[in-house]
Amino acid sequence: MNKIRKSGAEALIHSLHLEGVELMFGYPGGAALHIYDAIFKQNHVEHILVRHEQGAVHAADGYARATGKPGVALVTSGPGATNAITGLATAYMDSTPIVVISGQVKSNLIGTDSFQETDMIGISRPIVKHSFLVQKAEDIPSIVKKAFHIASTGRKGPVVIDIPKDFTDPEFKFDFNYPAKVSMRSYSPPEKADTLKIKEAAGLIEEAKRPVIYSGGGVNQNNASGELTELAKLLNFPVTNTLMGLGAFPGSDPQFMGMLGMHGTYQANMAMHNADLIIAVGARFDDRITNDPKQFALNAKKIHIDVDPASVSKIIHADIPIVGSAKDSLSALIKELKNRNLDKHQSEIAKWNKQISDWKDAHGLNHSLLEQGARNGKILPQQVIQSLYKETNGEAFITSDVGQHQMFAAQYYHFDKPRQWINSGGLGTMGFGLPAAMGVQLAFPDSIVVCVTGEGSIQMCIQELSTCLQYGLPIKIINLNNAALGMVKQWQDMQYGGRHSSSTYENSLPDFVALTESYGHVGIKVSEFKDLEAAMKESIALKDKLVFLDVDVDPNEHVYPMLEAGNAMDHMWLDKEKKTWE
Amino acid sequence: MKRVIALLMENQPGALSRVVGLFSQRGYNIETLVVAPTDDPTLSRLTMSTEGDEKVVEQITKQLDKLIDVVMVTDLGNSEFVERELMLMKFNKDSFPQDMFSDSDVVSKDNDVINIQVVGTPSRLDKLISEIDGSDPIEIVRSGSLGISSDKSVLSTEN
Repeated sequence: MNKIRKSGAEALIHSLHLEGVELMFGYPGGAALHIYDAIFKQNHVEHILVRHEQGAVHAADGYARATGKPGVALVTSGPGATNAITGLATAYMDSTPIVVISGQVKSNLIGTDSFQETDMIGISRPIVKHSFLVQKAEDIPSIVKKAFHIASTGRKGPVVIDIPKDFTDPEFKFDFNYPAKVSMRSYSPPEKADTLKIKEAAGLIEEAKRPVIYSGGGVNQNNASGELTELAKLLNFPVTNTLMGLGAFPGSDPQFMGMLGMHGTYQANMAMHNADLIIAVGARFDDRITNDPKQFALNAKKIHIDVDPASVSKIIHADIPIVGSAKDSLSALIKELKNRNLDKHQSEIAKWNKQISDWKDAHGLNHSLLEQGARNGKILPQQVIQSLYKETNGEAFITSDVGQHQMFAAQYYHFDKPRQWINSGGLGTMGFGLPAAMGVQLAFPDSIVVCVTGEGSIQMCIQELSTCLQYGLPIKIINLNNAALGMVKQWQDMQYGGRHSSSTYENSLPDFVALTESYGHVGIKVSEFKDLEAAMKESIALKDKLVFLDVDVDPNEHVYPMLEAGNAMDHMWLDKEKKTWE
Repeated sequence: MKRVIALLMENQPGALSRVVGLFSQRGYNIETLVVAPTDDPTLSRLTMSTEGDEKVVEQITKQLDKLIDVVMVTDLGNSEFVERELMLMKFNKDSFPQDMFSDSDVVSKDNDVINIQVVGTPSRLDKLISEIDGSDPIEIVRSGSLGISSDKSVLSTEN
């Protein structure tokens, strides 16, 4: 093989190319300038210039969530690195595969408080799967190889590569070799699930009379949606998804109970509480699911399938722990179950499914609000989501920010496919939606990409409207404008005697239409219900334009159901007055 | 309940901070911590003692095992093991409790002070300190626990 000599910066970009990276998001600065020059001199990896480093990391994250391929962001040292932190924490909490490359001051300046120096490895340590501080230029190819391997295997997650500026010096060249394989004695993600445990799980499944399949983000991340659906169909068991797991099982399928947890559907939460068997797949019994773990599904045996051994029995004891990837474990389980007697408790399971359907009829979400028109002259936020669903045939990529609008989107847009719903579930990062949508739109230029947001969240990364103009990204921003931090206000209504401490803006909101138009995009304002559907149609129809649809919604609407804090999953507020207990 | 965890990790910059950071990040206590390179210079062996019930220790070992720099980790309490700690004590020469120590315990002395060295289980060292009566040492330094399993099992990358 011919020896190719490259500088550290050239080696970095070429390594990214060899990893299959086609685009990356970033923001230049002193410590990263050698790298930026290397980007300029090649045509393999396209660089998208964001307006803030947080946007770069969220965009890389959105790209990763939509495609399943690792997303890449590049930032400079100091403030560039610290601005990337929220993005890293977001990716860490939702286990998304991203690689963040940060420039660092020259190695001889490290530790001297030099200009734009910050200890990136130190500040990012608790929120990365792993990180590398480059010690010499020649190590860059093998570190990139390892970084992508770590980010995209096992329980996925963000990896940081911090590169002191002298190691990207264009004057210093070395023989470039890209390793074909990674071998790390200290890292071996779990492979096949234990056959014995699979058999034990099948035994419990045979005996189940009130089963629930509860699946999370791990199924989407591991592309195991097909296997999950096959399992559910084979068994005729009801399915619920976490906020991160939506789309893993078709949202419009009658076996689907909707999302569970804090703002999960009545039937999903009731089913969990009353189940005799919970099959958890790629989900981690988060506190927004279990409510009080001591009162969680006390009569249910738990089978817990997860690729991360530390997630199993962390919060809730697993009767059958299965450590392995969702895809392999589910395949093995399906294979085993096909040899079992699944008719044993057919009539009980039919009765159970009927019970769930009765729960749904009694207190399920109302999916025909749109047909019912304005309530007290106001547009309900749920109606906007229903209109969006209708206009996009349920086929759009939906990103969201964090708050009431996020919950309404999760509840009312029925996601039929994995990777269609992209939101910050674990960290709950306001400002995620728009930059994440940029990553999705760049990965899928011909698809409809919608960012469902609120007037609070959108202002946290609104500068990215400029990036969208530069790269011609026709994202549809649907702003559920209730002129308040809706979720904060809801909690203040419910738990703080209606004292709206710092949750409203006192007429200081910008004119979003004018603001959007100043960036060269299209802004549309809707204040009356009668204009909603036409405006939605127009927004979606404007294929080549970014549209900011600003909809005034009922500021007093709350998200329901809502679990009563510190109690079991059957304790829910169903509306402002009605609760399932007392 | 006190537990002793031993682990092997890559002997490289940042590895120790990941291990120590994990404890504060996840709210676990570290009682003692000892770390030194092994005979294989690319590896360090770290021994820590911590308080926690079965479930907490299981979580700690799992989380430690997830760290990329950690090569292997074991809860020594899963089988019989030996735990030892080194203690150095400094006494004023004129109040040194001579009858409690032998000459071989003395590691240095000058006109003013005597330093002694004791090795034992942590509880034996605790007991020794409590038994010194009326002539308190002016300084006590303890190493923290080291541990090794009593049977033939070893913490090594070579098996």
